[in-house]
Amino acid sequence: MQFQFAGFADFMAMEGHGIYVWISYGVTFALLASLAAFPLLRRRQLQRELQRQQRIQQRRRQAENGRKATTEPA
Amino acid sequence: MAWQWFHRLGSPRWFYQKTGAWLPWLALASVVLLTIGTVWGLGFAPQDAKQGHSYRIIYIHVPASFLALAGYYIMAISGAIGLIWKMKLSFAVMRAAAPIGAVLTVIALFTGAVWGKPTWGTYWVWDARITSMLILLFLYIGVIALARAFSREQVADKACALLALVGTVNIPIIYKSVDWWFTLHQPATIKLTQSSSIDPSMFYPLLTMIIGFYCLYAWTLITHTRVLVLQREWRTQWVQQELLAGESQAGEGK
Repeated sequence: MQFQFAGFADFMAMEGHGIYVWISYGVTFALLASLAAFPLLRRRQLQRELQRQQRIQQRRRQAENGRKATTEPA
Repeated sequence: MAWQWFHRLGSPRWFYQKTGAWLPWLALASVVLLTIGTVWGLGFAPQDAKQGHSYRIIYIHVPASFLALAGYYIMAISGAIGLIWKMKLSFAVMRAAAPIGAVLTVIALFTGAVWGKPTWGTYWVWDARITSMLILLFLYIGVIALARAFSREQVADKACALLALVGTVNIPIIYKSVDWWFTLHQPATIKLTQSSSIDPSMFYPLLTMIIGFYCLYAWTLITHTRVLVLQREWRTQWVQQELLAGESQAGEGK
Protein backbone atom coordinates (compact mmCIF):
# COMPACT_ATOMS: atom_id res chain seq x y z
CA MET A 1 0.00 0.00 0.00
CA GLN A 2 1.29 3.39 -0.97
CA PHE A 3 0.22 7.00 -0.57
CA GLN A 4 -1.36 7.93 -3.88
CA PHE A 5 -0.34 11.59 -4.00
CA ALA A 6 2.96 13.42 -4.54
CA GLY A 7 2.46 15.83 -1.65
CA PHE A 8 -0.06 17.70 0.49
CA ALA A 9 -1.04 20.16 -2.25
CA ASP A 10 -1.56 17.27 -4.65
CA PHE A 11 -3.66 15.48 -2.00
CA MET A 12 -5.89 18.55 -1.56
CA ALA A 13 -6.28 19.12 -5.31
CA MET A 14 -6.97 15.47 -6.29
CA GLU A 15 -6.49 16.42 -9.94
CA GLY A 16 -9.35 18.88 -9.87
CA HIS A 17 -11.76 16.60 -7.98
CA GLY A 18 -10.57 17.79 -4.56
CA ILE A 19 -13.43 20.24 -4.07
CA TYR A 20 -16.09 17.52 -4.55
CA VAL A 21 -14.35 14.98 -2.36
CA TRP A 22 -13.52 17.36 0.49
CA ILE A 23 -16.97 18.96 0.56
CA SER A 24 -18.57 15.50 0.74
CA TYR A 25 -16.37 14.38 3.62
CA GLY A 26 -16.69 17.72 5.43
CA VAL A 27 -20.49 17.83 5.29
CA THR A 28 -20.79 14.13 6.21
CA PHE A 29 -18.62 14.38 9.31
CA ALA A 30 -20.23 17.66 10.39
CA LEU A 31 -23.70 16.07 10.18
CA LEU A 32 -22.58 12.91 11.99
CA ALA A 33 -20.98 15.00 14.75
CA SER A 34 -24.15 17.04 15.29
CA LEU A 35 -26.15 13.81 15.41
CA ALA A 36 -23.80 12.47 18.09
CA ALA A 37 -23.91 15.70 20.11
CA PHE A 38 -27.71 15.96 20.25
CA PRO A 39 -28.36 13.45 23.10
CA LEU A 40 -25.66 15.07 25.25
CA LEU A 41 -27.26 18.52 24.88
CA ARG A 42 -30.76 17.15 25.45
CA ARG A 43 -29.63 15.34 28.59
CA ARG A 44 -28.16 18.54 30.01
CA GLN A 45 -31.43 20.31 29.20
CA LEU A 46 -33.40 17.63 31.10
CA GLN A 47 -31.00 17.92 34.04
CA ARG A 48 -31.47 21.69 34.28
CA GLU A 49 -35.24 21.33 34.05
CA LEU A 50 -35.26 18.78 36.88
CA GLN A 51 -33.06 20.96 39.08
CA ARG A 52 -35.29 23.96 38.45
CA GLN A 53 -38.41 21.98 39.46
CA GLN A 54 -36.72 20.68 42.58
CA ARG A 55 -35.69 24.19 43.60
CA ILE A 56 -39.28 25.36 43.21
CA GLN A 57 -40.56 22.43 45.31
CA GLN A 58 -37.97 23.10 47.99
CA ARG A 59 -38.91 26.77 48.18
CA ARG A 60 -42.57 25.85 48.42
CA ARG A 61 -41.83 23.40 51.23
CA GLN A 62 -39.79 26.01 53.09
CA ALA A 63 -42.56 28.54 52.72
CA GLU A 64 -45.08 26.03 54.11
CA ASN A 65 -42.82 25.19 57.04
CA GLY A 66 -42.32 28.87 57.72
CA ARG A 67 -46.06 29.43 57.78
CA LYS A 68 -46.55 26.50 60.15
CA ALA A 69 -43.81 27.85 62.43
CA THR A 70 -45.53 31.21 62.72
CA THR A 71 -49.05 29.84 63.17
CA GLU A 72 -48.33 27.01 65.60
CA PRO A 73 -47.35 29.00 68.72
CA ALA A 74 -50.56 31.00 68.53
CA MET B 1 -40.13 -18.26 31.71
CA ALA B 2 -38.52 -18.40 28.30
CA TRP B 3 -40.16 -15.08 27.54
CA GLN B 4 -38.73 -13.34 30.56
CA TRP B 5 -35.74 -11.89 28.69
CA PHE B 6 -38.12 -10.48 26.09
CA HIS B 7 -40.15 -8.63 28.68
CA ARG B 8 -37.06 -7.44 30.45
CA LEU B 9 -35.84 -6.11 27.12
CA GLY B 10 -38.99 -4.04 27.00
CA SER B 11 -38.21 -2.35 30.29
CA PRO B 12 -36.74 1.11 29.67
CA ARG B 13 -34.82 1.03 32.95
CA TRP B 14 -33.19 -2.31 32.20
CA PHE B 15 -32.22 -1.07 28.74
CA TYR B 16 -30.78 2.14 30.15
CA GLN B 17 -28.63 0.37 32.70
CA LYS B 18 -27.49 -2.40 30.34
CA THR B 19 -26.49 -0.23 27.39
CA GLY B 20 -24.43 2.17 29.49
CA ALA B 21 -21.60 -0.36 29.53
CA TRP B 22 -21.60 -0.89 25.76
CA LEU B 23 -21.36 2.74 24.74
CA PRO B 24 -17.61 3.39 25.30
CA TRP B 25 -16.72 0.26 23.28
CA LEU B 26 -19.01 1.17 20.41
CA ALA B 27 -17.65 4.72 20.41
CA LEU B 28 -14.08 3.45 20.37
CA ALA B 29 -14.77 0.99 17.56
CA SER B 30 -16.51 3.66 15.44
CA VAL B 31 -13.76 6.24 15.86
CA VAL B 32 -10.97 3.74 15.11
CA LEU B 33 -12.71 2.17 12.09
CA LEU B 34 -13.87 5.48 10.60
CA THR B 35 -10.42 7.05 11.02
CA ILE B 36 -8.66 4.08 9.40
CA GLY B 37 -11.27 3.84 6.65
CA THR B 38 -11.18 7.56 5.85
CA VAL B 39 -7.37 7.78 5.68
CA TRP B 40 -7.24 4.57 3.67
CA GLY B 41 -9.98 5.59 1.27
CA LEU B 42 -8.79 9.15 0.76
CA GLY B 43 -5.05 8.63 0.59
CA PHE B 44 -4.08 5.03 0.00
CA ALA B 45 -6.74 3.29 -2.09
CA PRO B 46 -5.84 3.37 -5.80
CA GLN B 47 -7.38 5.89 -8.17
CA ASP B 48 -10.37 4.74 -10.23
CA ALA B 49 -9.49 4.27 -13.90
CA LYS B 50 -12.68 5.92 -15.21
CA GLN B 51 -13.77 8.36 -12.51
CA GLY B 52 -10.40 9.56 -11.17
CA HIS B 53 -10.28 10.72 -7.57
CA SER B 54 -13.95 11.73 -7.35
CA TYR B 55 -14.82 8.06 -6.79
CA ARG B 56 -13.34 8.42 -3.26
CA ILE B 57 -16.77 9.73 -2.25
CA ILE B 58 -17.88 6.07 -2.41
CA TYR B 59 -16.31 5.48 1.02
CA ILE B 60 -18.99 7.62 2.66
CA HIS B 61 -21.77 7.48 0.07
CA VAL B 62 -22.25 3.69 0.14
CA PRO B 63 -22.09 3.21 3.95
CA ALA B 64 -24.47 6.15 4.51
CA SER B 65 -26.92 4.76 1.94
CA PHE B 66 -26.75 1.26 3.49
CA LEU B 67 -27.59 2.63 6.89
CA ALA B 68 -30.27 4.98 5.63
CA LEU B 69 -32.04 1.82 4.41
CA ALA B 70 -31.16 -0.43 7.35
CA GLY B 71 -32.27 2.38 9.67
CA TYR B 72 -35.68 2.36 8.04
CA TYR B 73 -36.04 -1.38 8.71
CA ILE B 74 -35.09 -0.81 12.32
CA MET B 75 -37.63 2.01 12.64
CA ALA B 76 -40.45 0.02 11.01
CA ILE B 77 -39.72 -3.21 12.91
CA SER B 78 -39.53 -1.36 16.25
CA GLY B 79 -42.84 0.26 15.40
CA ALA B 80 -44.38 -3.14 14.62
CA ILE B 81 -43.08 -4.66 17.87
CA GLY B 82 -44.46 -1.67 19.74
CA LEU B 83 -47.88 -2.08 18.13
CA ILE B 84 -48.05 -5.85 18.67
CA TRP B 85 -46.58 -6.23 22.16
CA LYS B 86 -47.27 -2.68 23.41
CA MET B 87 -43.64 -2.30 24.34
CA LYS B 88 -42.71 1.18 25.52
CA LEU B 89 -39.03 0.81 24.76
CA SER B 90 -39.71 -0.33 21.22
CA PHE B 91 -41.56 2.90 20.45
CA ALA B 92 -38.66 4.88 21.91
CA VAL B 93 -36.27 3.08 19.52
CA MET B 94 -38.60 3.86 16.63
CA ARG B 95 -38.75 7.55 17.50
CA ALA B 96 -34.97 7.71 17.96
CA ALA B 97 -34.36 6.03 14.59
CA ALA B 98 -36.29 8.68 12.60
CA PRO B 99 -33.94 11.69 12.88
CA ILE B 100 -30.85 9.48 12.55
CA GLY B 101 -32.23 7.89 9.39
CA ALA B 102 -33.17 11.30 8.00
CA VAL B 103 -29.63 12.63 8.49
CA LEU B 104 -28.11 9.52 6.88
CA THR B 105 -30.45 9.87 3.89
CA VAL B 106 -29.45 13.52 3.56
CA ILE B 107 -25.78 12.44 3.59
CA ALA B 108 -26.45 9.79 0.93
CA LEU B 109 -28.32 12.27 -1.30
CA PHE B 110 -25.82 15.08 -0.78
CA THR B 111 -22.69 13.02 -1.42
CA GLY B 112 -24.43 11.43 -4.38
CA ALA B 113 -25.24 14.85 -5.86
CA VAL B 114 -21.69 16.12 -5.34
CA TRP B 115 -20.30 12.92 -6.85
CA GLY B 116 -22.69 13.24 -9.79
CA LYS B 117 -21.29 16.59 -10.89
CA PRO B 118 -17.79 15.42 -12.00
CA THR B 119 -19.04 11.96 -13.04
CA TRP B 120 -22.37 12.53 -14.80
CA GLY B 121 -22.03 16.27 -15.39
CA THR B 122 -25.09 17.08 -13.27
CA TYR B 123 -25.93 17.31 -9.56
CA TRP B 124 -29.38 15.85 -9.87
CA VAL B 125 -31.37 13.58 -12.18
CA TRP B 126 -34.83 12.18 -11.58
CA ASP B 127 -33.44 8.68 -11.75
CA ALA B 128 -35.33 5.82 -10.06
CA ARG B 129 -32.74 5.21 -7.34
CA ILE B 130 -32.36 8.87 -6.48
CA THR B 131 -36.10 9.56 -6.53
CA SER B 132 -36.87 6.59 -4.30
CA MET B 133 -34.16 7.77 -1.87
CA LEU B 134 -35.82 11.19 -1.82
CA ILE B 135 -39.10 9.46 -0.95
CA LEU B 136 -37.25 7.69 1.87
CA LEU B 137 -36.20 11.10 3.20
CA PHE B 138 -39.81 12.30 3.06
CA LEU B 139 -40.95 9.19 4.95
CA TYR B 140 -38.42 9.88 7.71
CA ILE B 141 -39.48 13.53 7.84
CA GLY B 142 -43.12 12.39 7.84
CA VAL B 143 -42.55 10.24 10.94
CA ILE B 144 -40.79 13.12 12.72
CA ALA B 145 -43.56 15.57 11.81
CA LEU B 146 -46.33 13.14 12.73
CA ALA B 147 -44.75 12.57 16.14
CA ARG B 148 -44.94 16.31 16.79
CA ALA B 149 -48.52 16.62 15.60
CA PHE B 150 -49.98 14.75 18.59
CA SER B 151 -49.89 15.97 22.14
CA ARG B 152 -50.46 12.50 23.56
CA GLU B 153 -47.34 10.37 23.36
CA GLN B 154 -49.16 7.02 22.98
CA VAL B 155 -51.26 8.22 20.06
CA ALA B 156 -48.19 9.69 18.37
CA ASP B 157 -46.32 6.38 18.79
CA LYS B 158 -49.09 4.37 17.14
CA ALA B 159 -49.51 6.82 14.26
CA CYS B 160 -45.75 6.90 13.59
CA ALA B 161 -45.54 3.10 13.67
CA LEU B 162 -48.35 2.83 11.11
CA LEU B 163 -46.73 5.37 8.79
CA ALA B 164 -43.35 3.63 9.12
CA LEU B 165 -44.94 0.26 8.28
CA VAL B 166 -46.79 1.59 5.25
CA GLY B 167 -43.57 3.23 4.04
CA THR B 168 -41.68 -0.09 3.92
CA VAL B 169 -43.21 -0.54 0.44
CA ASN B 170 -40.53 1.89 -0.72
CA ILE B 171 -37.58 -0.22 0.49
CA PRO B 172 -37.61 -3.03 -2.12
CA ILE B 173 -38.18 -0.36 -4.77
CA ILE B 174 -34.96 1.37 -3.72
CA TYR B 175 -33.02 -1.89 -3.75
CA LYS B 176 -34.32 -3.01 -7.12
CA SER B 177 -34.45 0.41 -8.79
CA VAL B 178 -30.98 0.06 -10.36
CA ASP B 179 -31.96 -3.27 -11.91
CA TRP B 180 -35.53 -2.48 -12.99
CA TRP B 181 -34.79 0.87 -14.61
CA PHE B 182 -31.52 1.17 -16.42
CA THR B 183 -30.50 4.75 -15.69
CA LEU B 184 -27.55 6.84 -14.65
CA HIS B 185 -27.04 5.35 -11.22
CA GLN B 186 -24.62 2.44 -11.44
CA PRO B 187 -25.72 -1.03 -10.26
CA ALA B 188 -24.62 -2.25 -6.85
CA THR B 189 -20.88 -2.88 -6.57
CA ILE B 190 -21.12 -5.23 -3.61
CA LYS B 191 -23.25 -8.33 -3.94
CA LEU B 192 -23.82 -10.98 -1.32
CA THR B 193 -24.59 -13.82 -3.71
CA GLN B 194 -22.04 -13.22 -6.47
CA SER B 195 -18.50 -11.92 -6.43
CA SER B 196 -18.34 -8.14 -6.16
CA SER B 197 -17.36 -6.01 -9.12
CA ILE B 198 -14.85 -4.06 -7.06
CA ASP B 199 -11.12 -4.64 -6.66
CA PRO B 200 -9.96 -5.84 -3.19
CA SER B 201 -7.69 -2.78 -2.85
CA MET B 202 -10.84 -0.61 -2.96
CA PHE B 203 -13.15 -3.11 -1.26
CA TYR B 204 -11.29 -3.43 2.06
CA PRO B 205 -11.29 0.29 2.88
CA LEU B 206 -14.99 0.36 1.88
CA LEU B 207 -15.73 -2.60 4.14
CA THR B 208 -13.89 -0.84 7.00
CA MET B 209 -16.06 2.25 6.48
CA ILE B 210 -19.27 0.18 6.32
CA ILE B 211 -18.50 -1.59 9.61
CA GLY B 212 -17.46 1.75 11.13
CA PHE B 213 -20.77 3.31 10.06
CA TYR B 214 -22.67 0.37 11.56
CA CYS B 215 -20.87 0.85 14.89
CA LEU B 216 -21.52 4.59 14.82
CA TYR B 217 -25.16 3.95 13.95
CA ALA B 218 -25.54 1.57 16.90
CA TRP B 219 -23.91 4.07 19.23
CA THR B 220 -26.07 6.94 17.97
CA LEU B 221 -29.30 4.93 18.11
CA ILE B 222 -28.57 3.84 21.68
CA THR B 223 -27.66 7.34 22.91
CA HIS B 224 -30.74 8.86 21.25
CA THR B 225 -32.97 6.12 22.70
CA ARG B 226 -31.45 6.57 26.17
CA VAL B 227 -32.17 10.27 26.25
CA LEU B 228 -35.73 9.60 25.01
CA VAL B 229 -36.15 7.07 27.84
CA LEU B 230 -35.02 9.71 30.34
CA GLN B 231 -37.50 12.16 28.88
CA ARG B 232 -40.40 9.69 28.87
CA GLU B 233 -39.74 8.19 32.30
CA TRP B 234 -39.15 11.66 33.66
CA ARG B 235 -41.41 11.24 36.70
CA THR B 236 -39.87 8.00 37.95
CA GLN B 237 -37.41 8.03 40.80
CA TRP B 238 -34.62 6.20 39.00
CA VAL B 239 -34.55 8.77 36.18
CA GLN B 240 -34.41 11.67 38.63
CA GLN B 241 -31.60 9.95 40.53
CA GLU B 242 -29.77 9.25 37.28
CA LEU B 243 -30.02 12.86 36.12
CA LEU B 244 -28.98 14.37 39.46
CA ALA B 245 -26.15 11.87 39.97
CA GLY B 246 -24.69 12.73 36.58
CA GLU B 247 -24.78 16.41 37.49
CA SER B 248 -23.00 16.01 40.83
CA GLN B 249 -20.24 14.01 39.11
CA ALA B 250 -19.83 16.70 36.50
CA GLY B 251 -19.78 19.28 39.27
CA GLU B 252 -16.97 17.47 41.10
CA GLY B 253 -14.90 17.46 37.95
CA LYS B 254 -14.89 21.25 37.73
